[in-house]
Amino acid sequence: MAGESAGKPDLITPQVLPPRQSLTRRDAMLQLLRVGGIAAGAGGAAYWLSERSSRPVPAAPEQARRDHRIVAEPHLPALTVVQYPMEKDAAAHPGEPRALVQKALENLGGIRRFVGRQDVVVIKPNIAWDRTPEQAANTNPELVGEVVRQCWSAGARRVVVTDVSCNEPRRCFQRSGIQAAARAEGAEVILPDPERFREVDMGGVALKSWPVFTPFLEADKLINLPIAKHHELTGATLGMKNWYGILGGQRNRLHQQIHQSLADLASFMLPTVTIMDCYRILVRNGPTGGNLEDVALKKTIVAGTDPVALDAYVAKAYWNLDPADLPYLQMAANRGLGTVEYDTLPVKVSQLV
Amino acid sequence: MARSRLPLLRRISQVFFLLAFIALLVFTSLRPTPGATGDIHLRAPVRLFFEWDPLVAVANAFATHALYRGLFWSLIILVPTLFLGRFFCGWICPMGTLQHFVGNMPSESKRGKQRIESNRYKRWQTIKYVVLIAGLVAAFFGSMAIGWLDPFSLLVRSIGLALLPAFNFAVRAVLAPMEHSHIAGIKATGETLHNVLQATVLDFRQTHFAQGLVLGVLFIVILAASLRVTRLWCRSICPLGALLGVVSRWSILGLHKDADSCDRCNRCLLNCQGGDDPIGGVPWRKSECLMCMNCVDSCPHHSLVFQFFRKEREIASPDIGRRKAVTGLAAGAAVVPLMRANTGLGKSRHDRLLRPPGALDETDFLSRCIRCGECMKVCPNNSLHPTLEEAGLEGLWTPTLVPRIGYCEPSCVLCSEVCPTGAIWQITPKEKGWVVGVGSQNKPVRLGTAFYDRGRCLPWAEATDCIVCEEWCPVSPKAIYVEEAQVVDSAGNTKTLKQPRVDPSRCVGCGACEYACPLQERPAVYVTSIGESRSPTSQILLNRK
Repeated sequence: MAGESAGKPDLITPQVLPPRQSLTRRDAMLQLLRVGGIAAGAGGAAYWLSERSSRPVPAAPEQARRDHRIVAEPHLPALTVVQYPMEKDAAAHPGEPRALVQKALENLGGIRRFVGRQDVVVIKPNIAWDRTPEQAANTNPELVGEVVRQCWSAGARRVVVTDVSCNEPRRCFQRSGIQAAARAEGAEVILPDPERFREVDMGGVALKSWPVFTPFLEADKLINLPIAKHHELTGATLGMKNWYGILGGQRNRLHQQIHQSLADLASFMLPTVTIMDCYRILVRNGPTGGNLEDVALKKTIVAGTDPVALDAYVAKAYWNLDPADLPYLQMAANRGLGTVEYDTLPVKVSQLV
Repeated sequence: MARSRLPLLRRISQVFFLLAFIALLVFTSLRPTPGATGDIHLRAPVRLFFEWDPLVAVANAFATHALYRGLFWSLIILVPTLFLGRFFCGWICPMGTLQHFVGNMPSESKRGKQRIESNRYKRWQTIKYVVLIAGLVAAFFGSMAIGWLDPFSLLVRSIGLALLPAFNFAVRAVLAPMEHSHIAGIKATGETLHNVLQATVLDFRQTHFAQGLVLGVLFIVILAASLRVTRLWCRSICPLGALLGVVSRWSILGLHKDADSCDRCNRCLLNCQGGDDPIGGVPWRKSECLMCMNCVDSCPHHSLVFQFFRKEREIASPDIGRRKAVTGLAAGAAVVPLMRANTGLGKSRHDRLLRPPGALDETDFLSRCIRCGECMKVCPNNSLHPTLEEAGLEGLWTPTLVPRIGYCEPSCVLCSEVCPTGAIWQITPKEKGWVVGVGSQNKPVRLGTAFYDRGRCLPWAEATDCIVCEEWCPVSPKAIYVEEAQVVDSAGNTKTLKQPRVDPSRCVGCGACEYACPLQERPAVYVTSIGESRSPTSQILLNRK
């Protein structure tokens, strides 16, 4: 149309408006209803949304003290020490950690005392550092493998091996040899996944609400497999310090009140049994080590159902530390978790040949 | 009429190489390997693609007068190009394939006549030759700035450091609510999906990279440009395409045009990828053709066919001319002195520029690093990040260690294993020399030295126990040692605690202390680059092994 008049100025012609057309009454009503409906809907939604506005409050952490202890049996030892005599043979041999665990569990009454049919067993070795077994910064993989095997033999439903590493977990799990050893025995090896932590009220003096790695909260039985190592802040890192590895979050703050934190952790997570790896111990530069000169071969395993006595015994045996040097032991004892006077307990010592 | 099977074969080849590239990129990361013990190596890093990249090889040879490790294998691409032309661009290059794909999407600004016009040869297609010349001259003078534009560098940097982390984030954002659902079915589905994806495409954990947004948006813009002009990047910028274009001048395969049957219908231009004038009446431009073979089938008169040893008029060399070539030479010659006139090298080096273990001294490093980001992609601790200005403008997007985000794992050498050019020279964990006898028996690789900020350190400033840094220090004997001190707290009580110090002769600069420090946003112990073993001038101690 515009093309036709191009070039010629348009004359002003009176415009003829088309006749005005209205909607039918019916359509007009419908139109009004639509608009009114949307307006009412928007108003309602706005009212509803403004009513539910409230300052965000973090979800309440779950109350979850985890007591996996079993009934004490007075005729069985609460603590057992199994070792190869070092005078005879001062070299490490494959198979020895396995034999030591077998004997230790036998002394404590056999694995069936701790693990029942259909139990979900969670095993907590120390897999904190990117180190090889010889460097003794992580629990001995053979020991872990043997405990897994025993749990299956007792009829466990699931056997889980996991830890929240300090160094890069993929490296720690692989280079420690624990991933391979545990898988070879058919265990589920779970690497820490930042999305699988739950906020838990630990109810401690120093530790209140902390994220805990979920597999530890879903266990029927919990087996603690720490390794005995030197530690600059406390002198030694033993069984209870292993519970650091259930926590997520900013756990580097725990050092500020380390004894209180350890006692809090110990009274939150009560293991079925503790099997302390003293096959190789780290005597210097712990807890990371790295140098084989920092490692001492002891060919020993200390196991038991009293976590306080166990730590007290190993601290004395290898670092000559008394309970007074490790205040967390007395704190734990005061909370009824065990006794620091390990010599008052029935202890069974076995020598293997 | 028998349709040529070649375009179908080409598509299969393009999809295959694109998927192979992405698979290798995804697997350029440390994955838990069941049953494995001992040292950790990657089986198939994306470095394999760089070893085929003749541009990286030629530039590496210009800059270092040698060829690093696998770059010899770029002959696999270079030699066939001599015979067959730029088949690599049309059949193999994943960057080309992505643009090809985007270019085929329906676009309002590229249809019918516009589309035909956009696929005619344009003068600006010669820009890439200027870029190539400038890049190679710059390489000759000691800067691998060409890596900013190398297509594989661009791909790894953009996909590896931006798109894959974004993909990971999106997938996790969808899966997390499913996994936390109260409905058992949804929860189980979420968990299964998570496990399957974790084993295949997801990274072990969510990574984040400095400038991820910039890198991602730049890449998307480059791809989106194909909506307007097919393969705009390949045609105008890509220096690898330019190199292959130059090399293909003697190729024996070419486009035969039957001038008699051509009625100038322009249909061959509809799907032309290279902008190489397949139409009748003008000579074919050999250096621009990507060998996509689309024109052969689109010609209704079967006037076009690719033939060996044909004899006809063609434009074999890039239409660049002496003036532009001189421009490229001048630009390349000027760029290095100009960049070096800036700060970044020498004494003004940034104190927080911590290079990965095995990195060569800064001048050698810059003459090799192509800023591909593979080291950053592979680092299991997400420690390495592209620089913005820490390495000077010249060092833009080269790697730097950020210990607050991730420290250097003592026995990890993955970044040195994936580096395609030897900027991070390949070392073994033993050569890295951390852990045992640092400073006494061996000469370790050092990234820098740790220092304490005593105004923030808890035992120094706030009468509070800590020494987490000492706990984490990976060398033995530890580089962080403690001294017992009597301090008074605010209540007036005297207490004994341990205050940490650094022994610079043992410190390797791994940054574990800085990473582990509870004062997260500005750690009380931090690593600076002084004392890094790669530099003969940036040293503290008179005698230090």
